[in-house]
Amino acid sequence: MPASRKVYVISGGVTKFAKAHPDMDFRLMVKKAYDYAMRDVPKLKKSDIDSSRISYFSDHFARQLKAASMVQDYLGLNPKDSRRIEWGGATGGQAIQAGWEAVASGRNDVCLVAGFETMSHVETWKGNEFIALASDTNFDYPVGGFYTGYYALMVQRHIYEYLRKKKFAKIKDEREAQRAATKEAMRIMAMVSVKNHMNALHNPYSQYPQKISMEEAMGGELISYPLNRPSICTMSDGAAVVILASEDVAYKYTDRPVLIKGVGCGTDTMRLADRPEGKVPLFAWEKEKDYSDLKYPGVHSFRAGRTAALEAYKNARIRNPLKELDFVELHDAYASSEIQTYEDIGLCKYGEGYDFVDKGHPFMKDVDYGLRLQTRGTMPVNPSGGLIACGHPVGATGIMQGVFALWQLQGTIGKHFGDDRLQVKGARRGLIHSHAGTGSSVTVTIMEKA
Amino acid sequence: MAPPKKFAKFRDVMEEAKKSGAAIYQNPVGTNDLVVLSPYSIKYIHSYAEDSEFFLGLANGKLLGSECKKCNTKYATPRSHCMNCGHSTQWFKLPLEGKVHSWTTCYFGSEEFLNETPFNLVLVEFEGVNSFLLSRLTGVEQKDIYIEMKVRAEFRAEPRYLISDVHFVPANVKPAKK
Repeated sequence: MPASRKVYVISGGVTKFAKAHPDMDFRLMVKKAYDYAMRDVPKLKKSDIDSSRISYFSDHFARQLKAASMVQDYLGLNPKDSRRIEWGGATGGQAIQAGWEAVASGRNDVCLVAGFETMSHVETWKGNEFIALASDTNFDYPVGGFYTGYYALMVQRHIYEYLRKKKFAKIKDEREAQRAATKEAMRIMAMVSVKNHMNALHNPYSQYPQKISMEEAMGGELISYPLNRPSICTMSDGAAVVILASEDVAYKYTDRPVLIKGVGCGTDTMRLADRPEGKVPLFAWEKEKDYSDLKYPGVHSFRAGRTAALEAYKNARIRNPLKELDFVELHDAYASSEIQTYEDIGLCKYGEGYDFVDKGHPFMKDVDYGLRLQTRGTMPVNPSGGLIACGHPVGATGIMQGVFALWQLQGTIGKHFGDDRLQVKGARRGLIHSHAGTGSSVTVTIMEKA
Repeated sequence: MAPPKKFAKFRDVMEEAKKSGAAIYQNPVGTNDLVVLSPYSIKYIHSYAEDSEFFLGLANGKLLGSECKKCNTKYATPRSHCMNCGHSTQWFKLPLEGKVHSWTTCYFGSEEFLNETPFNLVLVEFEGVNSFLLSRLTGVEQKDIYIEMKVRAEFRAEPRYLISDVHFVPANVKPAKK
């Protein structure tokens, strides 16, 4: 990356994500994750930490303004530099990049990145209301503000563009064709749900590890057509921490640091209704004619995700992510957005996301899903179980991905999970992806074994 | 207040706290967690500011979009400045008919709208307009909704000055006689 110091992730920690942690407030949850991370690098002393970036999404959930200052206080990091980071669902991913900036700029040698959310203090549908307040409160929220509804609108158009118009083009009756296409998409989304829930069976930090069949995943209760309960993440309490260090000091504290090789960030309109219709920003392996009849991004794809990936790949000098990455931890708040994200970050072209799953590419080699797959393990996606199975305590989520990616690249999944089934063998480079507000804010960070 | 009751199930703790104001959770991790009810309500005095015309329009049975005369972009959801060129926009009357760009049925929702479920959300596309309008679709069975379906705006008789003062129905449903 241009004119910046190298920044390493040297340690991480995460609490078990749970529906509720009534025995711990947000400060204690962060403290537990922080203590775990500190124990993993015993040579690092608290006095070596120069600053902190502390993330949580919603003051409504916390019912405490300036909660980040209370974390700084509880950890005993006063009077050093600290700030709160908030970027909707991508709060955690943004906090890691904010920490990266603090170190890359030369301002700090060691920066603590910590995040949390305590969503259990209100009931589920009130929680959904808080989340929906992160949509335009004049034009979107009063219509029935509900994030699952927004993502359902997006995937319905995605299905129309890529399944109805292509795979189901021969059916003449419009209604019949659209229903057939949606049914096929629901089958493939169920495969994502099975993958993520069953990966999580080997992740002790996950909230919803589950042995689930295709029938169960397809038959789940509908929340917003075509998204059903097993294809949606839930609300959680949890905290996560990573510690970042400069090239000057990283090796003082660990012999297995992981390099932050590239960072990227993208944005889009807050309202779905405003998404412009232009041309696809292309990766090197795509051609304009691949998408000649496509109005982009519309509501079917995430331009912010594509923009973030383009920047991160450029910085990390990645030309072919499918070959040069060994795993991806992405923001699967919905099984639909996992599929849409494959296309945004170039694991396949736009329109090929359903096939990418159907053929088995994002599945783990060593997990038995009870599915017949043509291939598997080309590109393990969400080996941890992702948001669908780990839970989504918003401010912690993107940092949790950083912790799991660190352990993958250190080859220490077995040590930290007590089970090495999810260890991607020989993993050298991974991608983490954090996403907010119907795709209005996305970060992509590339991490590499040093 | 009487001493809080103790419960082994967290759901029971939540119910009791809602009812009496406090309860104790006998946590399997070995702690006794005191859980209290903490109400919070706000009345905002909210101005629609530069978007006010739009909401006043709804009350008069009009849909007002924004038009940028400089770069010729038309917005179905108002923006007082163009996001392409930054120029200020002018109001223009949107057609009352459009088509479904995308749709869903919500079986759940935010607490505020839970009692209205199930309801259909639609993004409405208007001929020659570059952006959409998020609204609800009524007067149709779910099996009959599809992308590209023609829809028509209907307005609430007694305006509440909310975006929900407008909703859409299938274009072939005749307007009710007044």
